[in-house]
Amino acid sequence: MELTTVWFILIAVLWMGYFCLEGFDFGVGMLLPWLARDDRERRIMINTIGPVWDGNEVWVITAGGATFAAFPEWYATLFSGFYLPLLLILLALIVRGLAFEYRHQRPEAAWHSWWDRAIIVGSYVPAVLWGVAFANLVRGVPIDETKDFTGTIFTLLNPFGLLGGLVTLLLFLTHGAMFLALKTDGEIRHRARAAAVQLGLLAAVAAVVFLVWAQSLTGNAGSAILFVVAALALVGGVLMARTGREGWAFIGTFATIALAVAGLFVALFPDVMPSSTDAAYSLTTTNASATDYTLTVMTIVAAIFTPIVLAYQAWTYWVFRRRISTHHIPDEELEAVA
Amino acid sequence: MDSILDIARWQFGITTVYHFLFVPITIGLTALVAVMETLWLRTKQPDWLRLTKFFGKLMLINFAIGVVTGIVQEFQFGMNWSDYSRFVGDIFGAPLAVEALLAFFLESTFLGLWIFGWDKLPRGLHAGCMWLVHLGTLASAWFILAANSWMQHPVGYEYNPDTGRAELHHFGDVMFNKVQLATFPHVISAAYMTAGAFVLGVSAWLYVSERHQHDRLLYRKGIRLGAWVTLFAAVVVSVSGDYQGKIMTEVQPMKMAAAEALYDTQDSCAPFSIFTIGTPDGSSEKFSITVPCLLSFLATGSFDGQVQGINDLRAEYQEKYGQDPGSTYYDPSGKYSPIIPVTYWTFRYMIGLGMLAALFSALILFLTRRGRAPTSRWFARMAVATPLLVIFANSFGWIFTEMGRQPWVVFGLMTTAHGVSPGVSTTEAWISVLSLTLLYAVLAVIEVGLIVRFVKKGADPFEEPPDPTLRGSDDDQDRPLAFAY
Ligand code: HDD
Ligand code: HEM
Ligand code: HEM
Repeated sequence: MELTTVWFILIAVLWMGYFCLEGFDFGVGMLLPWLARDDRERRIMINTIGPVWDGNEVWVITAGGATFAAFPEWYATLFSGFYLPLLLILLALIVRGLAFEYRHQRPEAAWHSWWDRAIIVGSYVPAVLWGVAFANLVRGVPIDETKDFTGTIFTLLNPFGLLGGLVTLLLFLTHGAMFLALKTDGEIRHRARAAAVQLGLLAAVAAVVFLVWAQSLTGNAGSAILFVVAALALVGGVLMARTGREGWAFIGTFATIALAVAGLFVALFPDVMPSSTDAAYSLTTTNASATDYTLTVMTIVAAIFTPIVLAYQAWTYWVFRRRISTHHIPDEELEAVA
Repeated sequence: MDSILDIARWQFGITTVYHFLFVPITIGLTALVAVMETLWLRTKQPDWLRLTKFFGKLMLINFAIGVVTGIVQEFQFGMNWSDYSRFVGDIFGAPLAVEALLAFFLESTFLGLWIFGWDKLPRGLHAGCMWLVHLGTLASAWFILAANSWMQHPVGYEYNPDTGRAELHHFGDVMFNKVQLATFPHVISAAYMTAGAFVLGVSAWLYVSERHQHDRLLYRKGIRLGAWVTLFAAVVVSVSGDYQGKIMTEVQPMKMAAAEALYDTQDSCAPFSIFTIGTPDGSSEKFSITVPCLLSFLATGSFDGQVQGINDLRAEYQEKYGQDPGSTYYDPSGKYSPIIPVTYWTFRYMIGLGMLAALFSALILFLTRRGRAPTSRWFARMAVATPLLVIFANSFGWIFTEMGRQPWVVFGLMTTAHGVSPGVSTTEAWISVLSLTLLYAVLAVIEVGLIVRFVKKGADPFEEPPDPTLRGSDDDQDRPLAFAY
């Protein structure tokens, strides 16, 4: 296989990993106002992702770095083109990341509620905007002969793009609810499971419309198969959640996201960023790529270190496998500080 | 400031300097916390655990902001510097990607394990997690500094006229660039110096505070440890900085000339000016203090070495690069030199503030020798000033390095003006620089507030952490978590 194809696949895998992992912690953040009744329950929710959210976020940093190294033109056009959405995502990720670390540092209710807002907004914004960005990536955007994006922010806010945003929003909400059902105990677990079923049905409807549309725009046989399996996995996940098999239900949404992203990348190939101005200006795995030498070096590094990274990340999930419920949350230190 | 270039430069400067306020503290403090925890395991003295937890907490507050500001760095090359990214991506992208894979996963995963793992991991493994986090910060620094060193001194590449970009030929050369080999020890030792000074300052403040009298012996440990680390690191900083100066003179003579505001080539025994009143651009000089021949020594290692001046270098560069206005290495202003007052002063502030901090820590070691217990206000002020001095020295060092490279973004290959994104509008760039700056300002207030709050509170009393190896199988599933957000 061509090295450019290998790296196209690896970057697809990084995005799949990112959406599958950070997808549920976006979901948990977005469900914060809906599923928790009091501060202690909010803390349960936050603690289910506490040890892992940062590791999940590194997937997108790696995806960015890998795109820079393997397809510099793609990195340059994508990030300078999708400027404002990306900026909003960055701002959201900043406040959200700090909120996890800073929320518990002071006992005052007002302090907590400010950071709760940061978590909520910081989770909704990227959950929607990543979907908008990906939908546009697949659909094609105006790119000129110097490989520069010539549209504006409004170019990206087309119906297909917005539907993409709705789909990631609903999918991540469902995925987050599934995760909470799996990781908590007590009342909140039941609420999460009920929410997962309801949200899952909505997500299924939106996702099917979106995937059919995507398929008709740029799809091929491979993407069709992946999209169908993705939809089936979602339905299966919802059924599992209804019957209380939370582990399988979570695997269901995990697979849905992975397969849908895979399908989008298959539909994209061999373009990495199709131009809607003129197909001749499209960025492809060959005209956007780094040299073979760089790709070879990177392949060696990735081959050695990716298994190690996967092993220790998986191990963290094992260490923190226990469900969390109300009595696991220690009391807050209430003493005032002079 | 109405061109996209100016805005993008300000944004890069602001976000990067901001990121680097927290980075050296994180690099150094992860090491010191790991040392403290290891000392606790070895000596079983409760004090070391208390210090581990106390400085661990401050480290986490600092770490979080380092993480979130780092994400901006990773993406802004593509956002604001897309032509730069296209030009160098083949070389520059690889260290960034490798950094994420090798360093960021390691840091974030093991930090999560350390924070939440007190009751889940055997003690040795728990301390090991912090060592791995530190290893991650070193790896991160290695790769990003390699990328930056390549911009200072491009090696291991070849320019491909067909694609119009620089292409990687020897990855090893990029990783072991001679600039990198000088920069890495300088930056890392400066980071240890920063963290040492941080521990020193915080401990000294608590040491003299009335409310924490009962814990003076504890904070004394912190003072001594911090001061020794600062002092040792300062020695390494000076030695590596001196070496770096020689490499810099070799690969970027203009930067050395600009650091000294030296306009005319000095054939031998160039003086080092410590202080100048008037304009350092040479048009008028009212008063200055100079050390004879020192510049020759700094630049070349010999007191009568030749140091090239700005004017001669400028003529040389105009000759070399000025022929071809179409290419990425043409400076339309024809100056080929950075802003001299900035390089002149930042270089002096870096050295001056850093050395003052080293002096303070030596003085503090002397004042606290053999059980002596200074309590004066001046002692505390000096101790609290030390970390601030070092942090500013770090910023000045970077501003010098990066501004001194101008007008190049990649020395001798591409000017900064050619690297900026052509498709981004000034409105977009303004939105971005203003929103980031505003947010960063708010976050600075919050972070400093939290740090001060926890410093005032002091170290928590000793509490034996639950030892998972002593625990029966699963009999305590209902026990509260040892740590929770
Ligand atoms: C000499 C060291 C050094 C320098 C010059 C830089 N950084 Fe940095 N960076 C670190 C040392 C570091 C660190 C010590 O490894 C941090 C600080 C806090 C942390 O988690 O890791 C970090 C965090 C950090 C993160 C977040 C990692 C995470 O989520 O865990 C990113 C994406 C970057 N950095 C990227 C950059 C880029 C693109 C830079 C160049 C413009 C840069 N950093 C300069
Ligand atoms: C190690 C990784 C780094 C890389 C790859 C890097 C790269 C760059 C780039 C691309 C620019 C834009 C061109 C320009 O505005 O001149 C720049 C400018 C700048 N960088 Fe760095 N930089 C790095 C680290 C740092 C750090 C850690 C600091 C300081 C804390 C810093 C300070 C600056 C400043 C102040 C500017 C603005 C210079 C100007 O406006 O003229 N850089 N750097
Ligand atoms: C005797 C004292 C020192 C000397 C001779 C010295 C020398 C240098 C030189 C020559 C550079 C520029 C390298 C280049 O552009 O190629 C530099 C950069 C830098 N210095 Fe120093 N320095 C000294 C003290 C310090 C101190 C005390 C600190 C901070 C604690 C510090 C932090 C930095 C940083 C962060 C950089 C930018 C990164 C780099 O290029 O290495 N330096 N120093």
